[in-house]
Amino acid sequence: MTPSLEVSGLAYAYPDGTQALFGVNVTIGKGERVALLGPNGAGKTTFVLHLNGILHGGAGTVRVGGLTVDPADRATLQEIRRRVGIVFQDPDDQLFMPTVREDVAFGPANLGVTGAELERRVEHALERVGMLHVADRPPQHLSFGQRRRVAVATVLAMEPEILVLDEPSSNLDPAGRRELAEILTGLEVTMLMVTHDLPYAAELCPRSLILSDGVIVADGPTAELLSDEPLMRAHRLELPYGFDPRAIARR
Amino acid sequence: MDGLGRLHRPGDTPVHRLPPQCKLVATGAFVLAVVSTPREAVWAFAVHAALLAVVAAIARVPPHFVLRRMTIEIPFVAFAALLPFVAQGPRVEALGVPLSESGLWAAWNILAKASLGTAASILLAATTEPRQLLVGLERLRLPSLLVQIAAFMIRYADVIVGEMRRMRTARAARGFQARDVRAARVLARSAGALFLRSYERGERVHLAMLSRGYQGRMPVLHEAAATGRQWAAAAAPPALAALVAVAAWVAAWMVR
Repeated sequence: MTPSLEVSGLAYAYPDGTQALFGVNVTIGKGERVALLGPNGAGKTTFVLHLNGILHGGAGTVRVGGLTVDPADRATLQEIRRRVGIVFQDPDDQLFMPTVREDVAFGPANLGVTGAELERRVEHALERVGMLHVADRPPQHLSFGQRRRVAVATVLAMEPEILVLDEPSSNLDPAGRRELAEILTGLEVTMLMVTHDLPYAAELCPRSLILSDGVIVADGPTAELLSDEPLMRAHRLELPYGFDPRAIARR
Repeated sequence: MDGLGRLHRPGDTPVHRLPPQCKLVATGAFVLAVVSTPREAVWAFAVHAALLAVVAAIARVPPHFVLRRMTIEIPFVAFAALLPFVAQGPRVEALGVPLSESGLWAAWNILAKASLGTAASILLAATTEPRQLLVGLERLRLPSLLVQIAAFMIRYADVIVGEMRRMRTARAARGFQARDVRAARVLARSAGALFLRSYERGERVHLAMLSRGYQGRMPVLHEAAATGRQWAAAAAPPALAALVAVAAWVAAWMVR
């Protein structure tokens, strides 16, 4: 089966000369849930913006469901952006339309979906995150947790090959965290979760990657990586007080 | 509640239900009719005001709701109050103060027309959600870029005001008080920081839009035409106002 995501030899330097990625190799199979861990400034966001061709121009290739990201080819790029659904960290950046319904419709409408099919997609996506009842409200009137869930729906409506979440648990209260976790585990979609919330990664993702200084330094079962103290310390990853990854591994 | 929302008064009256594009055109036409009414025809302005009162009654918008929001015009009409003192021409005495006759008429003209226009706009805003106003503009084929800018303004006004408030709290928490002109330097820096933050947010929003397939055009999500009856209903007040304006001109011409 074609993997959902194949990244090979990805390198990138910002226009000011700062090198952010030094040859990243990642393969994610269909239906996998993978966490991308790394300290601040490791290049996580830079990596994410390469997945749908927003950043490009360095070395290496990115293939999504077998399709190569080529920024020069506008038609393929549109298809790539359908296949890679990115949920950004701040839902206020992601929800820019006047109502929730219109925001969820924005993506599929750009892909040419109209009429009853568009309506169906919007309602289905909102239903999957349990937010159908706020469809006609303006996003700014929702709670932060609700906005985060609607942001997930805006991407689900595009029926992506891979869902990419940038710090999905940030700024959520414990109940909001748990609700989002329940929704995410219930979705049958390939998932890449960028985070430094290690317990959340342990809870949601069987496999983890560690990105540090622009390269992947570890790739393996999440509980195993989190239990490897020297590795964690070397890459500024710290478990919260009282959290024991071995307890998760035994579960 | 946000600033823009305060103008809106939710309801389910025939006026609320009219499609927004009809109400926009009707308001514009009404204001045109008011502006073209000769200023000497005081009775005509009374009829215009009565027309608005009828619309307000149908929309169940109480008079104090409109009157309180009309204070917004005060800075704009304030200078009209000066005209009777500074204008040239024959004078009339009022309480011993000589006032210019043409200045009085000019002041009345500005005051009456501005007030009627403001009241009409407030009625439009009271019966139409900000969101719906944009839909109306879109359906009236206003350039989509302008509608987009207005839509983003409505969406992000609260976010930016929230950021501004947090910055003010942070300044106050460190003992800052705007006492005199020396505070301007600090406030100017804050304004600059706010601008930068908003600019960066704009960039992030743009990235999020690109990620969902934005190619420079907003998708058309509301294509709904108004029926002939809805147009006719919306046209009634401005049509009557136009008749009044014409009648006022004819009357003025016959007197001469």
